[in-house]
This record gives sequence, C-alpha cells and structure tokens, in this order.
Amino acid sequence: MSPGLWKTGHWKTGHWKTGHWKTGHWKTGHWKTWRFIAAAIGVAAIVFGVAAWLNIDYLFFAGYVVLQYVVLASAWNILGGYTGYMNLGVSAFFAVGAYTTVALETALKLPLPATIPAAAVVAGLVGVGMGYLTLRLKGIFFAIATLALAVVTETFITNWDYVGGSAGVYLLHPKRGPWFGSYIEYLFLLMLIVATLAVVVARAVERSWLGYGFTAIRDDEVAAEATGVPTLRLKLVATGLSGALMGMAGAPLPYYVSFLEPASAFNLSYAVNTIAMAMIGGTKTWLGPLIGAVLLATVQQVATVTIASEINLLVVGVLLVGFVMLAPNGIVGLLRRR
Amino acid sequence: MTVTYPLLVNAVITGLLMGGFYAALSVGASIAFGLLDIVNIAHPTFAVVGAYAVLMLNRTFNIDPILGGLLLTPVFYCAGTLLYQVYHHFFEKRGDDAMRGLAFFFGLMFIAEVVLIMLFGVDFRYVHTPYITTTLNFGAIALPLRLAVPFAGSLLMLVVLELFLKKTFIGRAVVAVAQDPFALRLVGASPVRIKRIAFGVACASAALAGAFIIVIEPLQPAVGREFIGRVFAICVFGGLGSLPGTVVAAISLGLVENLSTIFIGASWSPAVAFGVLLATLAWRPSGLFGRS
Repeated sequence: MSPGLWKTGHWKTGHWKTGHWKTGHWKTGHWKTWRFIAAAIGVAAIVFGVAAWLNIDYLFFAGYVVLQYVVLASAWNILGGYTGYMNLGVSAFFAVGAYTTVALETALKLPLPATIPAAAVVAGLVGVGMGYLTLRLKGIFFAIATLALAVVTETFITNWDYVGGSAGVYLLHPKRGPWFGSYIEYLFLLMLIVATLAVVVARAVERSWLGYGFTAIRDDEVAAEATGVPTLRLKLVATGLSGALMGMAGAPLPYYVSFLEPASAFNLSYAVNTIAMAMIGGTKTWLGPLIGAVLLATVQQVATVTIASEINLLVVGVLLVGFVMLAPNGIVGLLRRR
Repeated sequence: MTVTYPLLVNAVITGLLMGGFYAALSVGASIAFGLLDIVNIAHPTFAVVGAYAVLMLNRTFNIDPILGGLLLTPVFYCAGTLLYQVYHHFFEKRGDDAMRGLAFFFGLMFIAEVVLIMLFGVDFRYVHTPYITTTLNFGAIALPLRLAVPFAGSLLMLVVLELFLKKTFIGRAVVAVAQDPFALRLVGASPVRIKRIAFGVACASAALAGAFIIVIEPLQPAVGREFIGRVFAICVFGGLGSLPGTVVAAISLGLVENLSTIFIGASWSPAVAFGVLLATLAWRPSGLFGRS
C-alpha cells in the first residue's frame, strides 16, 4: 500500500465498498449510531437505577465483574472478531491499565476518572507498538507474540518496585464514594460508563468504513490489500483501540481488589474468560461479546458463590472448546440460523 | 555482582544443558507448527501432563522418571492421533479459520491446567532418583546430572526423530505433506493419515519432555505456561519444522538466558525468550534454518 493512496482516499471507493455487503446476514438493524448511543445510555441508566434502588453491596461487587468482562470481550472482539487477529495476551493490556492507575496514584494522587483515560492511552500505545512489531506477519505469529507479551510485561512490572514489584501494592479506598453511596457503588458506576462506551465503540466501528476494512482483512488479507484497503494501518487502529479499551477495563482494578500483585493482575484466566465470552457469544457482531460476557460472567459470579472456583474455570474452558468446535458463530450464530 | 570465571563457565554449561532440554520440549511443537500447520499452543502443557503421569508412575511403581516417560510415549502417541482426528474433523476439514483451531488448543491448555490443579493442587512436586541430587565436579566446574541426563536424553530423542523424518518412508511423507499435500495424494498416500501419525509422534515427544521437566525442576501445574514463550521463540528462531535449527535455536536461547541471569538478574530472564522471539519475527521471520 503506497502512502499516497491513503491520502487520496481512493481506497475508500474501492469495490469492497460498493454495497453488496449490505445484504450480508450480519447486518442486524437500521438504527443510526446516535439513536443507539441514546438507547445504550438509557439502558445503562436503568441498570444503575435498579442497582442503586436495590442497594446491595454484593450486587455491585458481582455486577462490576460482569461489566468488566463486557468491556474486555467487546474490546477483544474489535481485533479478534472483526479483524481475525487473535490476542491471547488480554491480561497484559488489562494489567497495564491497572498499573497505570497505581503509578499515577503513587506519583500524582490522581483520582480514578483521570487515570481511566490515562490507562486507555498507555494500553493503546502498547497495542499499537505490539501491532507494529508483529502484524506484518501471519496472524498466528501475532497470537503467539501476544501470549509472550503478557509474560514480558509481567516481568517488567515484577521488576518495577515503584508500583510494588513482586511484593504487590495496597491501594486502599475510602468507605464512601466521592459523590454518593458506597465506594463499590462508585466503582460499579464507572465500569458501567466504560462498558457503555465499549459497546457503543464496538458497534460504531463495526458499521463504519473501519469495520468493513477489518472484515475485508479477516476474510482475505491479500485480496483486501490488493483492492487498496490499507491493511497495516487498519490493523494498527484495531490493536490500539482494542488495547485502549482493555486498559480502561483494568484501570479501576487496584481499587476493586485493594491489593494488587503481578501474578493476579496478569492471571491467564482473564484471557481465557474474555476469549471464551466473545467466542461463545459470537465474534462477528458487537452483540455477541455483550451476550457472551453478560451470560457467562453472571453464571460465573453465581457459581463462585455456590461451587468451587476451579470447577468454574473448567466450565469456561470446556464451553470455549465446545463452542469453537460445534458452534463457530456462537450464540448469535445459533439464533440467526433459525 | 562480580562475574567470576567459574561462575561464567558454569553459566555456559547450564545454558548448554538447558538448551538441549528446550530442544526436546520444542521439537513436537515445531513439527506440528512447521510441518503440519497445526499451532499446538498446548504442547508445553501436554509435557506437564506427561510430567505428572511420570510422577504417578514413579510414586506408585517406583519407575525411573525417564523410563516412565519412555513408557508413556505410546499412550501419548495414541492420544495425539485421536486429538488430530478431532482437530481435523472440526477445523482442518472446514478449512475456514486457523484462529478457531488456535482457540481450541488454548482452551485445551487451560482445561489441562485446571484439571491438574484439581488433581494435584498447586504445591511443587519432586521425584527422587540418585542422579537428580548428584553433581560431578571437575575442579571449579560443576556438571549436575539433574541437567546432564535430560540433555543426553534430549539429544538422543532429536537424533531418532531426525532419522525418522529423513530415512523412513513415513517420515519423508511427513516432510512431503508440508511441501505439497496434493502431490502426496497423487502418489497414493493419504495426507490425513500421514498428518495423524506425525501429530501422534509430536505428542509422544511431549511425554519424554515431561519426564525431563520433572528431573530438571520441581513440578507445578502452571509451569507449562512459562515454557510457551520459549518454545515458540525456538520454533520460529530455528525455522519452523527444521530439527537442526531447533537444536541450535534452543541451545542459543539456553545460553542467552543463563548469561543474562548472571549479568542482568534472574527476575528478568522470562523477558529474554520474548526478546529473541520478537527480534526474530521482526528481522528474520523464516528463522535460521527456515524454508522462507
């Protein structure tokens, strides 16, 4: 792809944008983006209203995790589902977000609403950097590199004593939130906002020229490149966007857990859960990860209380393997087939 | 830390010996990835499963760990052929998405790890044989048999595998299936059958590699994960599917890791493999001995 072509915008008028994709089965609705945003904010407000009315701390604790996975699964899907590049290093971006909060708290005493965007920037840059190094190669190398990236970031954090190093770090929060209610209610609200943003972004990307470019890359990268889709740039946008959203999901984590150490922040189960949720829900639309995350994370939250957490993880693994084998298009695919 | 001469020599020896073991651990993944186009990310975890099986054989029947690994190879071979059959049926035959195959192995890896945690807990496990605790001393130079025995075993295994690929009919068919499965069909061999055998062999190598793991270091369900970065760095750096390349890459990685341990610090060593991997991907994606 010559840089000149990108500037002229000719590729935007390439034949892949002529409209035959409009008849595709994955075109779900006719809603304009602003209407969807209004609806998403409405749903989020109702969710928060009901939760605040019930005002049970456990509900906020559990709901926070569910929403965190909505963010992670939607973010992962922007790269993994739309573009077809599998990121196995979810925990790296997630933990980078968490440790951005720790670093900014320690250095500048910044509050969470400021560290969440900062985490997005840092994790987004990590995403772009990694994409730049690996995306020129076959997708499979990218997947392996992301898994190794999780190990190397963990090594860096473990050796960085400023943010606690291998011993971990305590980040105690006050009992009350800064505005109203308990602190966990405040964390829940922040994660609800981030989740709403993630879903809106995932849907907007899917329906914009970005999304069509991503799909072209997933279906046939060589053909996409040949018809003038700027594949490398688009992939960098995807890695950056996906990484940034994952970082935002991780930013409130230090306050949620109160004690953060590398081994728990970089836990592989974040990656497995995220990938399982997106794949079980269905990776081709924004709706899949949302359904998968809400369903699976809720079941997990109930199961952690009632049965052992190892069995809980086992169930996720078995579901992931089962779905990729038997239902490649996930729950959304199963529903559409009717 | 001052780096003395004996320290340096011992680091080189340890690196060399560990490198041999890394080669044994990586060769199965390299065959699957390079020759069969199956990205078995769960390979190191299969080796850990093998290590636990060796542990059980050792505890129950007092069988030597390496002999135990050897006894397990037929079991792992059969499991590998079965697994390939499943993989072929659900992923290869559809031919649409290599990524789903990767997610499949990623899920398997996770399942294996969780099952091991449920069965054995997260405590470190050991085996006891005379050679694990013996160290031969030549002046200031130490040669721990804990590393030397797996090193010798690894090299032997690699030589056998190389002879299998170069000299036997089936082995050459495996190489042929990587080059042109259609042409292989024309001469009357079934690519699926050949790949099934090759994947079985790759999995069988994990049983032996598992025996080496438990001889070299204490065993814990999650150690497989620590090896993934190394294994794929070696696969890529050595050139996919090339056995001599795998050995050279593995020994280089062992040396670099151990030298960086004494010069930079042990807590940084996990980053070394990734550095090697990224550098290779950026500058020479086909590896040292790769067919570009």
